[in-house]
Amino acid sequence: MKVFLMHRDRSFDMERKLPPNEQAVTQDLELGVLLNAMARDDKFLLEVTKKALLSSLVDLDQILYRQSTLKDCLKNARVVRDIYKVAEETTASEKGIWGWYNPYNSTDQVLGRSVKVLQLCVGKLKELRGIVDQHAGEFESEGFRALFVMLKEELYDEYLTGVQALLGGLESSDGTLIRAELGQGNRGTKYALCKQPEKKQGRMARVFGTGEPRFTYSLDINDNTGTEMLSKLRDRGINDVANTLAQSSAHVLAFFTSLRVELAFYVACLNLQELLARKAEPTCFPVPVGRGKRAQSFEGLYDACLSLKLEQRVVANDLNAENKDLVVITGANRGGKSTFLRSIGLAQLMMQCGAFVPAKSFTSDLSEGVFTHFKREEDTAMKSGKLDEELKRMSDIVDHLSADCTVLFNESFAATNEREGSEISRQIVGALLEKRVKVFFVTHQYEFAHSLYEKKMANAVFLRAERKAGGERTFKVVQGEPLETSYGEDLYDHIFLGAAPSPASAAPVTTR
Amino acid sequence: MTFHSMLFERPEDAVDESALQLPDFFTDLNLDQIVDAVTAGREEYGLRPFFLASLKSVDAIKYRHEIMQELENVSLRNAIQSFARLMRAMRRYRALSDKIHYKYVKQGWFLNAVEAYCEAASRLARDLAALDPKSRGLSSFLEYLKKYAESNDFTSLVSETKKVRADLSTAKYCLLIRGNQFSVRKYEGEAEYSAEVEKTFEKFKQGAVKDYRIEIPEYLDVNHLEEAALEFVARLYPEVFQGLDNFCAKYANFLDKTIADFDREIQFYVASLDLAAQLRATGLHFCYPKVSDKSKEVNSQEGFDLALAIKLMREKSSVVTNDFFLKGDERIFVVNGPNQGGKTTFARAFGQMHYLASLGCPVPGREAQLYLFDRIFTHFEREENISDLRSKLEDDLVRIHSILDKCTPNTIIIVNELFSSSALPDAVFLGKKVLERIIRLDSLCVYVTFLDELSTLEKTVSALSTVRPDNPEVCTFKIVRRPADGLAYAQAIANKYQLSYQRIKERIQS
Repeated sequence: MKVFLMHRDRSFDMERKLPPNEQAVTQDLELGVLLNAMARDDKFLLEVTKKALLSSLVDLDQILYRQSTLKDCLKNARVVRDIYKVAEETTASEKGIWGWYNPYNSTDQVLGRSVKVLQLCVGKLKELRGIVDQHAGEFESEGFRALFVMLKEELYDEYLTGVQALLGGLESSDGTLIRAELGQGNRGTKYALCKQPEKKQGRMARVFGTGEPRFTYSLDINDNTGTEMLSKLRDRGINDVANTLAQSSAHVLAFFTSLRVELAFYVACLNLQELLARKAEPTCFPVPVGRGKRAQSFEGLYDACLSLKLEQRVVANDLNAENKDLVVITGANRGGKSTFLRSIGLAQLMMQCGAFVPAKSFTSDLSEGVFTHFKREEDTAMKSGKLDEELKRMSDIVDHLSADCTVLFNESFAATNEREGSEISRQIVGALLEKRVKVFFVTHQYEFAHSLYEKKMANAVFLRAERKAGGERTFKVVQGEPLETSYGEDLYDHIFLGAAPSPASAAPVTTR
Repeated sequence: MTFHSMLFERPEDAVDESALQLPDFFTDLNLDQIVDAVTAGREEYGLRPFFLASLKSVDAIKYRHEIMQELENVSLRNAIQSFARLMRAMRRYRALSDKIHYKYVKQGWFLNAVEAYCEAASRLARDLAALDPKSRGLSSFLEYLKKYAESNDFTSLVSETKKVRADLSTAKYCLLIRGNQFSVRKYEGEAEYSAEVEKTFEKFKQGAVKDYRIEIPEYLDVNHLEEAALEFVARLYPEVFQGLDNFCAKYANFLDKTIADFDREIQFYVASLDLAAQLRATGLHFCYPKVSDKSKEVNSQEGFDLALAIKLMREKSSVVTNDFFLKGDERIFVVNGPNQGGKTTFARAFGQMHYLASLGCPVPGREAQLYLFDRIFTHFEREENISDLRSKLEDDLVRIHSILDKCTPNTIIIVNELFSSSALPDAVFLGKKVLERIIRLDSLCVYVTFLDELSTLEKTVSALSTVRPDNPEVCTFKIVRRPADGLAYAQAIANKYQLSYQRIKERIQS
C-alpha cells in the first residue's frame, strides 16, 4: 500500500541526499525563516518540507501533480489535517506501547508487543476508513482520489475483522504447538508455531491428534535446567512467528509513517498559506514552462521570508524577462536589490517543489538547479583571503553546473579592486552564458555592469534599484541602465546624520 | 605417470617434514614475516614446513610454476576454494561427532561430515574435469580423482548418504508444550501461523525491515530434554534410525588419503597467490621468474622487499620498487650510500626473491631472472652478546669465516655492514679480504657497506642509495619578478581555481 501524494509513481524519499548547494542556498535565501513558518516548530514537518523545497522537481508533469494535490488540500484543509493527525497519532502511540524491541527480550515479549501494536494500527486503519467513507467525494486531485480508492479497496470490513481474529488467536494460551524436523547433527530445526486443531474434536483429540502414537515427558519439579531448556524450546517455536509479526507491525507502521511523510509537505503549505493570508499577502500557483526556454515574468513578486519577519506587507516587483538569460541588477545600496534577488530564488524553489508562490502571477522556466553566490561576511574560520574564498565557492558551484541551471550572484568578486573584480566577473558570466546557464547578477561594479550593457545583448535585461529625486528609496527594482554613481552618500547621510529611520529590514509598506 | 603429490612430481623429491628446521638466514631476510603473512588464517593446514625447504632442481620449480600459473585462473581458484570450504566443514562436523556422546546426535554430525566430503569430492571432480587443467600436477591429480569418483566405493558412499538423509527428512514431528510437560507425535500437516500472518499483512510490505528474531544460543552439548525428545522421535520412526546406525558403522573410514593430502598441499599455492593478489591490488607486480642453475646472470624489474611491502600495506602505505641486473662476469652488488636509504631493504629483497623462486612461488617484480642456489648465507649485524667473550670484530670474523668455509660457487651470500665497529683502516683491509674470497669463489653476493673503497673491485657493481629529487608538484615559494599589469594577481588566482573563461567552458557539461 503506497501513498503517492508527492509523486505519481513513487514514494517521497526521505533518505535522498540534498543537492550539494543546499547549505549555501539555505543561508543565502534565508530559507530557515520560511521553513520555520511552514513547520510551526514541528521538527517532522520541518524535515520533510526542507527536503521537498531543496530537492527541486525538474519535470513539468510532476510539478502539476503536486499543484493539483495542494489545491485539493487548500480546499479541504480540515479533512487533510484530520488524516495527518491519524497518522501522527499512530506513530506517536506506538512508541508508548511498553516493551520496545531489544535483543534480550523473550520471544513472548516480541510477540506480545507486536500484537498490541497491530491492534492499535487496526483501530487507526478503521478510523482512516471512516474519514475516507465520509469525505472521499470532496476531493478532485488524482493523488487523493487514487489514495482513497486504494484505502477503500484494501481496508474492506472483512479484512479488518479477519485481522482482529488472527491477532486474537495469537493471544490465546492453550499450550504451544510446534512443528519441527531433524536438522544438522539430528538436532531439531525449522521449529514453527502451528495452529491447533479446531475445538470440535474435543480437548483430548486436540492435544494428542488422531490416535497416532505419542510420547509425553514430564519435568521433575526440581529440574531447573529442564525448565529453562523447555522454555528455550518454546522460544525457538515462537521465534519465527514473533519475527513475522514484528516485521508486519513495522510494515504497517511504515504505512502510517509514509502517510505522514506524504502529507507533511501539504500541511506545511497550509500553514504558510494561513500566515500569508492573515497579512493579505497574495499567493498564486505558478505556471512552469518546460526546460530550455527562457520565460520568466511575474507581477507582484515579494520576498516571503522578509514578509514573514515583518508586521506589514512588503514591497513587490514586476519583471518581464522572457527570452533573457542574464539579468543584471545595479543601483543604490540598501535599495532592495538583495531582497529582489532572494525573492526570485525563493519563488523558483517554491515553484519547483510544487507549492504556490508569493506573487500575484508568476511564470518561469524550470531550472536544473538554483545556485547562489552571495557576498559573505568575513568568516574568521577561513584561512584563505576573501577573494580566495569567493573563488573557491565559485569553483565548487561550477563543479555542479550544467545547462539550464540558475546562478544568483550577489555582489560577488568585489573583494578586490574594481578592474580585477570586473574582469573575473566578465569571464565567469561570459562562460556561463555560453553554456546556457541562467544568470542573475546584483553588482555595484560599474565597470562590469556597464561593459555588459554596452554589448547590447538581446538576451540580457538591466534593472536598477529605484531612487526618487532627492534620494528617497522605494525599494522597488525597475528597468534601467547601470549608473556610475553609487548612493553611498545617501546612506552616509542616513546613518551619520540620522536623517530617516530606515535600515533595510524596516522597509516601508508597499506602494503598489 | 601416477599421481604422487601436488608439491613434488617424484617421490624422491619429497622432504621429511619433521626434520625441517628454520634456515639461519630466515630472520635476517625477514622471510619469517613473509611466511607468517602467507600462512595466516590457514593454521589448520600446517603449511609452514612447505615454506622451509628449497627445491633443488629447475624442473621441480617448473612443476610448481605450472600449477601456480594455472591457479591464477579465477574459475580454477573458485573450484579449489569451494572444495576447501566443504573439506573444512567436513572436518568441523567430524570433530563435533567425535566430541558428542549422545548417540543420535553423534551419528547426525557424522552424516553431515560424510555429506560435506561427498559434495567436496564430486564437485571437485566435476569442476576440474570441466576446466581441463594442463599442468602436470593438476592433470595427473584429475586422473586420480576421476577414477576415484567413479569407483564403487565412492558411488555407493554417495548414494547411501543420500538415502539416509532423505529418510531422516521424513521424520517430521510435533511438540506440544504445556506447563511442565511436552508431548511428541508425528506431524500431521497443521497450518503454520507465520505464513498466515505474512499473508495478512502482505499489502503493507515496504522493502526490507529489521530482523526481530531473538538470538537463542545454540549449545553444542545436548541436554536431557533434547535427548528425550529425540528418543521419542526415534521411537516414532524406528526404521529410519536403524538405517542411520548401519550407515555409520559401515563408513567409519570414509576419507581418502590422497584427497585429504591434496586439500592440504593445494593450500600452498592458494596461500601464495592470495598474498600476491593482495599486493597486486596495491599496484605492485609479481612474476614467475626464469630460474637457472647454470647462468649467474640475474635481473629484476620493479622488485621489492616483500616483508616490508606487507607491513606497509597494512599501514596503507606503499613500498618503493627497484630494478637490478648482473650480467657477464658481474657477481657482486656493493651497496653504498646514505643511511636509511634502503640499502638493507635492497639486500633483503635480493635474498627473498631468490629464496621464493626456489620454492616455486611467484616473486616480487614485473619480470625476473634468478639463480637456483645450493645455499644462502647471510651475515647481518647481531645484538651484542655480553655472555660471549669475543669482541664484536672477532665475532664478525668468526662468523664470516665459518660462512665462507661452507660456500660453494653456487651459494648466495648476503652481507650487511660487516666490521662496522672496527677502525676504518681495519674495516677496509678486512672487507677487501672477504670480498676477494667471494670473488674467487665466483658466488653471487650482495655486500652492503659504508666503505666507498670496496666498490671498485673486479666482478663488482656499485649501487647507491640516493636522495629523492624535489617533488615538482609542491609549490616552490619562489618570488618571480614580472611586470605589473594590474590583472595578474586576479587572473592568476582565478586560474588557480580553474575559473578562467576557457576553463569554465570546459568544466561545465553540455
